[in-house]
Amino acid sequence: MATDVRPKPVERKPLEWFNLRGKRVGFWAYVVMRLSAIGLVLYLFLHLVILIQLAQGPAAWDGFVALAKSPAFLLLDVVLIVGILAHGLNGIRLGLIGFGIGVPRQKVMLWVFLVLAIAFSILSALAIFSEPH
Amino acid sequence: MKLNVKIYRYKPGSEPHYDTFPVEVPDTANVLDAVERAWADHDQSLMFRHACHHASCGSCGLRVNGVEKLPCVTPVTDYGPGATLTIEPMRNFPVITDLAIDAGPIYERMELAGMPIIRAAESIRPDGQFVLPDDVPAFHRFENCLECGLCLSACPSMATDPAFLGPMALAAAERVLAESDGAEAERIYQLIDDEHGLWRCHSSFECTAACPYEVDPGAAIMRLKGKVAARKIRRLFGG
Repeated sequence: MATDVRPKPVERKPLEWFNLRGKRVGFWAYVVMRLSAIGLVLYLFLHLVILIQLAQGPAAWDGFVALAKSPAFLLLDVVLIVGILAHGLNGIRLGLIGFGIGVPRQKVMLWVFLVLAIAFSILSALAIFSEPH
Repeated sequence: MKLNVKIYRYKPGSEPHYDTFPVEVPDTANVLDAVERAWADHDQSLMFRHACHHASCGSCGLRVNGVEKLPCVTPVTDYGPGATLTIEPMRNFPVITDLAIDAGPIYERMELAGMPIIRAAESIRPDGQFVLPDDVPAFHRFENCLECGLCLSACPSMATDPAFLGPMALAAAERVLAESDGAEAERIYQLIDDEHGLWRCHSSFECTAACPYEVDPGAAIMRLKGKVAARKIRRLFGG
């Protein structure tokens, strides 16, 4: 009688991208890069859908503008800015180290860009919510 | 020190599960000693790879509490008395049984990269000359890479692309390129300048964090990316 001795094959799942157990800061940046990329692509489509309202006349557009001034929508603006800063600044870091520039300092670069992203996000949120709407 | 080892168990034909064994080891013990204690005191069907016990062979790599480790040099005191250590096989390898992975993908990749772990040494004398003892056919230099596979386990790109060359072989390729030219260099460039080669790395540097011998494969891959990009740009302008 034959015995089953086959190794258990590797389970490769896209969700492994988001398995943070035992992972370190570089992987967190890797995950944030992917999540922010997905978010920004979705935003681009949303943006185009909203612009279509311009073709539907002033009433439709005015209705959207009123919605855009609501606190919930303004919060989405802040989330968008956080996504752009996180993705853009980490993208600069990856571009530099991908050309072999600053590789020994890549982790320091990550922390510096993270601090910059947080600082500009806070400034942006303050600016957005302090504007009279 | 008393602690519990919760070990991943898999036997072909049955579902994977975890067994927890209480063990007692000296404070000076390493995690591999605790696994061996579980084997000796509780279940001698437990299978795990190990050989040298001093971070020289690279065969015992596994995960302790989700983190890639060489258990032969990981002190149990890192986890404290009474701790439960979850011991699992490395990620991204077929599991033969329990903690024993099929290490074939490690050696297949190193062979593709030209297996530079052992190579003819250069002379360290300024005049470039050295004299071999009569009974030594050639000098060899041993590189740092243990071929333990921890970097392949930690790499998130390995988790999604089974054909990815992986950090270990890419770091090896960088070493080969530093010393090669002509046909061998061209072969290496073709190997790494590929969607399953250099460009599959997305710079999480988990490989560098996992490496027990500071080979720093992440930095080697970044240097390679710079080198390949510069080469492409030169070629674009007829260089």
